[in-house]
Amino acid sequence: MSSESLRLFKKSVDGAYRSFSAKYGDAIEAVFDPVLYFLVWFEKLLHNSPWPLVILALLGLVYLGSRSIYLTIGSLFAFLFIGYFGMWDDTMSTVSIIGVCTALTIGFGIPVGILMSGSDRARAMITPILDIMQTMPSFVYLIPVVMLLGIGKIPGLLAVIIYAIPPVIRLTDLGIREVNKEVLEAADAFGANRMQKLFRVQLPLALPTIFAGINQTIMMALAMVVIASMIGVKGLGQPVLKAITNQYFTMGLLNGLAIVALAIIFDRVSQSYGKRMQQHRAGANE
Amino acid sequence: MSEVKIKIENLYKIFGPRAKEYTNKVKSGIDKDELLAKYNHVLGLDNINLDIKEQSIQVVMGLSGSGKSTLIRHINRLIEPTEGTVLVDGEDITKLNKADLLEFRRNKTGMVFQRFALFPHHNILDNVQFGLSIKNLDKSESKDKAMYWIEKVGLTGFENKFPNQLSGGMQQRVGLARALAIDPDILLMDEAFSALDPLIRTDMQDQLLDLQKNLKKTIIFITHDLDEALKLGDRIAILNGGKLVQDGNAEEILLNPADEYVSNFVKDVNRIKVLKIGSIMNIDGNMNESNPSVMVDESIENCLPTMLESESSLNVLDNDKNFVGVISKNNIAEILRRSKD
Repeated sequence: MSSESLRLFKKSVDGAYRSFSAKYGDAIEAVFDPVLYFLVWFEKLLHNSPWPLVILALLGLVYLGSRSIYLTIGSLFAFLFIGYFGMWDDTMSTVSIIGVCTALTIGFGIPVGILMSGSDRARAMITPILDIMQTMPSFVYLIPVVMLLGIGKIPGLLAVIIYAIPPVIRLTDLGIREVNKEVLEAADAFGANRMQKLFRVQLPLALPTIFAGINQTIMMALAMVVIASMIGVKGLGQPVLKAITNQYFTMGLLNGLAIVALAIIFDRVSQSYGKRMQQHRAGANE
Repeated sequence: MSEVKIKIENLYKIFGPRAKEYTNKVKSGIDKDELLAKYNHVLGLDNINLDIKEQSIQVVMGLSGSGKSTLIRHINRLIEPTEGTVLVDGEDITKLNKADLLEFRRNKTGMVFQRFALFPHHNILDNVQFGLSIKNLDKSESKDKAMYWIEKVGLTGFENKFPNQLSGGMQQRVGLARALAIDPDILLMDEAFSALDPLIRTDMQDQLLDLQKNLKKTIIFITHDLDEALKLGDRIAILNGGKLVQDGNAEEILLNPADEYVSNFVKDVNRIKVLKIGSIMNIDGNMNESNPSVMVDESIENCLPTMLESESSLNVLDNDKNFVGVISKNNIAEILRRSKD
């Protein structure tokens, strides 16, 4: 391709996309209004509630998930450290976007994973898309998202979801496909229909695997928080970005540590929850 | 008692993408090995015809790969036949539509699996209730039924345990209770006791026979163990390479094996223990008041002491104490000699 026609090609694709987003951008943005509304409400709730109450609620969740008193005490110190160094509000913004993002990835990812597990053709179509989502440099797909929706919470949320959703989908698919064939045959023999098999046998037995996917998704979402801050997502990513551009080492380190602390807490809680679920599910025939 | 419950007619099963095309080849006499070598299709069942009587235990026997597990899965259509019919109570289940097939499985058949196939995420109570909950039965009613069967198989107190907390024998009792809880006419048992160790297996066999006295289900029992077959089966069908080579009761199989495969199978059986006096007695003889008597449905082993102490032959009586024949040492000697050959 000559450089002239290449230039023309790029120009016309960009032009077409630009006119598409000018035409439909608002309509598409409106679709996300409920999500935005919820996200803002959730963030405000975390910001405006008195911090001891929020910490208490978070620690409650940590304990319920992990049943570990050590992790709960550790989390308490982590939150106190975050508050003491003035990172509380940013941390709460991050927690809220991670929370909403996790809910949305679960809401979309699990049905897609179920679809994939049920049909080899769907799997063959979806797998390459997931590969692209995971390997494409995230800056690249930030461009069309920003072109379409501008800068703000929703484009940031979309970028995080695109980056973080593949593990949930993949591991839902894997979990369901790995369900013991004999157990499935037993469900068939008792006359279970497709839905009964899915909800009473396949999903419950795949749950530990699905949960490993959710755990990975949360980790990837946290990693994406810094990049997403470039397109206007509030939270711990923004001070990190500021620290990079201004060479504020301590500021970068402190906020980075806060992200690490959140990551460790999310990871340990979801892992030990997943492990507890596994208790009776494996090895019944051994 | 003698009504036919399940009638299998001209049943063929070939595994592979072009199964239908090859049924004619099989009909014209191609065998399992040739079909696999030439056309890369696996012959599962080759023209099976079998009548299974109501309330009886039909054992299906064969080595692994003989098609016995395939055959049992045609009765609840977990496997679709390539050709042929399976009639249950006169209804051709190969013609049922999806919804009717689910109803059929929910109400008519219970299945017990070799490796138990319990639901590991459900406790014992919920495992036993599974078939009932699939039918959307009322909660308390289904719990009552499940508890009844848990008690029947001797697992009271374990309802809240999970399968991986129980031993193999206990797990299979759960499997049995789960199948019986839906109160099916037909019980399909696919090598149900093969994974258990010998003592527990004998125990389970006794328990099954004990239950069957009152239940009177039509039981299809798959096994590769001849002793198990002889102990449980009212009739025994023997499969080889997808073909039904013989169907008969224990005596017929032992005394008149249809071919070499069957006679190899029964070679090591202790005939004295299995065969009943009735099957080898001499019905032409006359009653002799001074001789001792034995019962017609006793095993030969049981009458051996009487026989050895007596100088003459014995009178054989039926359950109403009527004279039906005589048995002599020669009869027994002949059976022993035949089994040595």
